[in-house]
Amino acid sequence: MKRVFAKLLSGGALVLAPVLAQAAEVQVAVAANFTAPMQKIAAEFEKASGHRVLLSYGATGKFYAQIINGAPFEVFLAADDRTPARLESEGRIVPGSRFTYAIGKLVLWSAREGYVDPQGEILRRGGFRHVAIASPKTAPYGAAAIEALTRLGLLDAVQPKFVTGENISQTYQFIFTGNAELGFVALSQVMEEGRVTGGSAWLVPTDLYPEIRQDAVILSRGARNPVAVELVEFLKGEKARAIIRAYGYEF
Amino acid sequence: MLTEVDLAAIRLTLKLATVTTVILLIVGTPIAWWLARTRSKWKGVVGAVVALPLVLPPTVLGFYLLVAMGPNGPVGRFTESLGLGTLPFTFPGLVVASVFYSLPFVVQPVQNAFEAVGERMLEAAATLRAGPLDTFFSVVVPLARPGFVTAAVLGFAHTVGEFGVVLMIGGNIPEKTRVVSVQIYDHVEALEYAEAHLLSAGMLAFSFVVLLFLYTRKGVRAWK
Repeated sequence: MKRVFAKLLSGGALVLAPVLAQAAEVQVAVAANFTAPMQKIAAEFEKASGHRVLLSYGATGKFYAQIINGAPFEVFLAADDRTPARLESEGRIVPGSRFTYAIGKLVLWSAREGYVDPQGEILRRGGFRHVAIASPKTAPYGAAAIEALTRLGLLDAVQPKFVTGENISQTYQFIFTGNAELGFVALSQVMEEGRVTGGSAWLVPTDLYPEIRQDAVILSRGARNPVAVELVEFLKGEKARAIIRAYGYEF
Repeated sequence: MLTEVDLAAIRLTLKLATVTTVILLIVGTPIAWWLARTRSKWKGVVGAVVALPLVLPPTVLGFYLLVAMGPNGPVGRFTESLGLGTLPFTFPGLVVASVFYSLPFVVQPVQNAFEAVGERMLEAAATLRAGPLDTFFSVVVPLARPGFVTAAVLGFAHTVGEFGVVLMIGGNIPEKTRVVSVQIYDHVEALEYAEAHLLSAGMLAFSFVVLLFLYTRKGVRAWK
């Protein structure tokens, strides 16, 4: 009986091996602010290559904790450059695979038309109950918002009104549902095809906060997966860059 | 050691659980009584609605509460028309959410206790000319006391253990909506593992002691 099982098993392995090789997949951890563009890029990549891309979205700090604890991600698109650099210095990435895939922009946004003026004067005027920001401890856009408010000299006035989203997607959700009248999110979340899609926004001047360089790496787990390399090459290509630009990122 | 922020989170959690438990005992008792006594065809429907939080992901509850209590939702419009503003990101908002979330943990033990009292006791009380309210407070409540204790302890403990709903509607505001479970999550995300361990171990010990109390009480069957 045992031998029959063994035969069945080895036979099964022989049959399955080529199938597994063909259905190549890559597991990608994506910073929440890059959700929408990455969905489009992944769709294009899947169409062009026939491979499958499995995307997980979340806060960069959380991904870091998961990666050092053995999460099965092969490619990591972070919301900053510090976290990938840290992973690199710890020897957890494929050497030389780190590169900047986008430079993010901070925006003060409200779901209501005409609520946020194009100069952001509303922050000085006040009259709102809640300002949503992403957790400054773990989300780079949250830290950038704090920095911008500090340089404007408005942090003390605005801080009591903070409501903090776990990541930038939740921050957007607080504003989108109207529970917070306005808040700081990534430009990419409120922009499509090069235009702000709804509500009202103030594009925070880039000299008010340190540049949000978003770096990507191939993690050690992806070292032997050719699809990981292919995806990263695709990310650097013109097709992907056009998508990334349409969401308001720079390079 | 525990920081001031951690202590504030613990205080807030205990306050939330206390307020929620008191409200749940007041709101849940009539519901449990009705469910225990009624022969209405609606019994099944009401029982199912009460039990929903047992199986629903907290994200579903949190998402619907966020939308319903927001300025464009029915609850939000109502509270704004009363001049109360909207409930998300406030302590009363967390209380409302927790009452929904912990409802079955209070209603079901009380309902079971009421059902165990039985018809004969009520009939005996009636022959002694006790009015319905008198019967309820002099006969039913004392007999159902173990059920009330179980309900209070479970309602309290379950609210302390709440996370998903608070994350969805809390906004993580210190001393208002940042409860212990959210604080632990924050510590883990920020890689402050020592602080996370301290609070997590505290939660573990608390939960174990609560359940130990429930399962070893004399003469009381474990909550089914």
